[in-house]
Amino acid sequence: MANISSNFLGIKSPNPFWLASAPPTDKKINVLRAFEAGWGGVVWKTLGSQVKNVSSRYSAVNYGGHKIMGFNNIELISDRPLDINLKEIKECIKLFPDRAMIVSLMADNNKESWHEIIKKVEDTGAHGFELNFGCPHGMTERGMGAAVGQDPEIAKMVVEWVMEKATIPVITKLTPNVHSVVPTGMAVVEAGTNALSLINTIQSVTGVDLDTLVPNPYVAGKSVFGGYCGPAVKPIALKMLTTIAQNEVTNKVPVSGIGGVSTWNDAVEFMLLGASNVQVCTAAMKHGFRIVEDMCEGLNNWMDEKGFKTLDDFIGKSVKNIVHWEDLDINYHHIAKINQDSCIHCGLCYIACEDTSHQSINLDFGKPYNTYSIKEDECVGCNLCQLVCPVSNCITMEEHRVAPESINWIEYQKRGLPLNDH
Amino acid sequence: MAIHSNKLSATQYEKNFSDIHPPFETKDAALVEANRCLFCYDAPCMKSCPTSIDVPKFIKQITTDNIKGSAHTIFNSNILGAGCSKVCPVEKLCEGACVYNLMDEDPIPIAKLQRYSTEKAIANKWPLFRRKESTGKKVAIIGAGPAGLSCAHVLSREGVDVTIYEKEKKGGGLMTYGIAAYKVTPQFCKEEVDYILSIGGIEVLYEQELGKNVKLEDLQKKYDAVYVAIGVGLARQLDIPGENLEGVVDAINFIYTIRNTEFGKVPVGDKVAVIGMGMTAIDAATQAKRLGASEVTMLYRRTQEEMPCTEVELNIAKLDGCEIIWLAAPKEVLGTEGKVTSLVAEKMTLGEPDASGGRSPVSTGETFTIEVDMVIKAAGQTPFQQLVEQNQLQHKNGKIQIKNAATNLAGVFSGGDCVNGGKEVVDAVQAGKDGAAGIIQYLFPHSK
Repeated sequence: MANISSNFLGIKSPNPFWLASAPPTDKKINVLRAFEAGWGGVVWKTLGSQVKNVSSRYSAVNYGGHKIMGFNNIELISDRPLDINLKEIKECIKLFPDRAMIVSLMADNNKESWHEIIKKVEDTGAHGFELNFGCPHGMTERGMGAAVGQDPEIAKMVVEWVMEKATIPVITKLTPNVHSVVPTGMAVVEAGTNALSLINTIQSVTGVDLDTLVPNPYVAGKSVFGGYCGPAVKPIALKMLTTIAQNEVTNKVPVSGIGGVSTWNDAVEFMLLGASNVQVCTAAMKHGFRIVEDMCEGLNNWMDEKGFKTLDDFIGKSVKNIVHWEDLDINYHHIAKINQDSCIHCGLCYIACEDTSHQSINLDFGKPYNTYSIKEDECVGCNLCQLVCPVSNCITMEEHRVAPESINWIEYQKRGLPLNDH
Repeated sequence: MAIHSNKLSATQYEKNFSDIHPPFETKDAALVEANRCLFCYDAPCMKSCPTSIDVPKFIKQITTDNIKGSAHTIFNSNILGAGCSKVCPVEKLCEGACVYNLMDEDPIPIAKLQRYSTEKAIANKWPLFRRKESTGKKVAIIGAGPAGLSCAHVLSREGVDVTIYEKEKKGGGLMTYGIAAYKVTPQFCKEEVDYILSIGGIEVLYEQELGKNVKLEDLQKKYDAVYVAIGVGLARQLDIPGENLEGVVDAINFIYTIRNTEFGKVPVGDKVAVIGMGMTAIDAATQAKRLGASEVTMLYRRTQEEMPCTEVELNIAKLDGCEIIWLAAPKEVLGTEGKVTSLVAEKMTLGEPDASGGRSPVSTGETFTIEVDMVIKAAGQTPFQQLVEQNQLQHKNGKIQIKNAATNLAGVFSGGDCVNGGKEVVDAVQAGKDGAAGIIQYLFPHSK
């Protein structure tokens, strides 16, 4: 059996699955239930300024009959009294000493406030801090949250204040509501943060109620931009994570991956692209804490199958496989192949290719079942047919190299090889 | 042991004749299934529907909360789409062709989804079609069954004024009078007919029967065109001794009585034999059982391989406790004091394949007798050959001959069971559309 225990900046947890700073981690009762269920650690919901929440707070995007493909919230940081939070954090650490306890912070925008809260939280015995520079709603209007993360200079300044005081590891959480996460990432690493985490939620409107004409979530006939998360944001998170993992300044610190992690498979993808561990929220909010069981078992089985003994054996292994477009091998070519034995004649590949791609699929009419086959000379190997096919492994992409030699765009141009030739 | 009515309590009748294919209880339940639909291109389900309903489209419209659009999609191809969702043998049509069958998965419950949308349209009386301004052209239709109604609706949409002559007191034809009560209720049939007629421009004259108080030649004079949709209706005779004994009835009449009377007033035997294995035979056998017959035995000359009903229908009969005897042909009905007491049947075997590859049943010479007090004949229906001949309509074994829906008589068109000899409701609906297309072309030869 593989060893799935995690060591993040010296903070140990029995597995790499932490609950992200959010409603599931805002009080003792939830956190104890999470630890009992098997979560490796939690990032306690952000402490700091005094706030007041509204009702309602959440809304979602459903797709094709599946609920919560994407999720957004307009909840602020913890609205519970600080002393109760601190007391409960201490109690949780005592009851589950083997789990990671990180506390998320967002103090008012001055050094004294940050220093004061750092001191109070360190007294609980917490293992680390996560600086909330990402919250995109409510706090930004006060110059906090994403307002800090969107400006590398301000972010750097706040991290410097924190590093003056903190004696335990500091993780800085980045906002995705920027053109690139790299400038802020670089600024806070230079300011001394021990690690990064990303992404926080993305500003969003999940939809508009077609009866009331009020967007979601509804608050007395109005709404507000909320923070988007859940499975829908995973691809964006993975891209941003990769830019951090490929930057020579930011890749010197460990990264905690966040953004739509719902399963062990998602977690492995984040870790392959450079995350040392992952944080989960939406999936737990949808299904409860029990999902961690399969996350651990699935990860373990996958590692055994691949021969990875520890997490470090595969963390970051796919980072080098994302390159610039101009580095891709132009002589690589593959062509779709339809396995007629498993084809169910739904025609989805045909109509997708015919209407929107390269007209590379033949249709032989039959009643009631048509037969579909690939026009090999026309197929550009775009994958669309395979993506829309409802049958696993019915359409496969078969390699047909143009030439054995690998050649990239730069070399291709240099040699004056033909363009616009399809 | 005797034929009598009122065998069961009111509660038992209600239970026995409740909807055999209940609808989706909730919108969410419908969405679970609608969302499974793959939205196939050139969909096999659509190609297997005689009226070519755009199934993927109407199901997609359920998922987008466009139920009006969904119902319009269905009715635009099949104005009896609500009734068809309850009576179609979908296992050999749309659902039988669903690509999920090829994955060994349950097909999409197309009929149930079709019912979901169409029932809402009927219940809310959505006016989904608008009639064009009247063209002044008048068409008479004989028969307010599925073919006649379907033809009438298309014609009315095109601005033709339609008068339907119907021999019964209610419209709907076999839908109203010839289908098991646990599939469609009289109430539903009435609502469906009313909904179809709500487009306007269609007048139905009831108790008007061709050959009795209606003459084809009069209609030809009075109208610009005539559509003959008189169906079939005569039960095929067994031509065996004892066929006239009291207790031998034909399935059409038996079902007609059930559909026209309270269940408690329908006489049924204690031990019933049903001859035949078509859909009507199943409807007769299962309803005899549900009316309180203690034993129902179905006899069929051939084997399960050749049976005309679908396996789904056969299973309804089996689950109702009907006995099935394959390879058995009725030879004689015996009785005392003019009443049926038993049925003698021959054991059959399948002969060598003939030129067409079919294997005809051949008697083994061996016989057996079953004790019965009622025999229901459901060995098929025959066309109204005499009526057709009287009206100089060209026919083949009583089935009216048509070319592009036109008969041999100028301005007289025909379709449905009286042409095809008796198929599904959905086939009659398509025939009505074809008839309307032929009539439109005849009435407006220069328009497109």
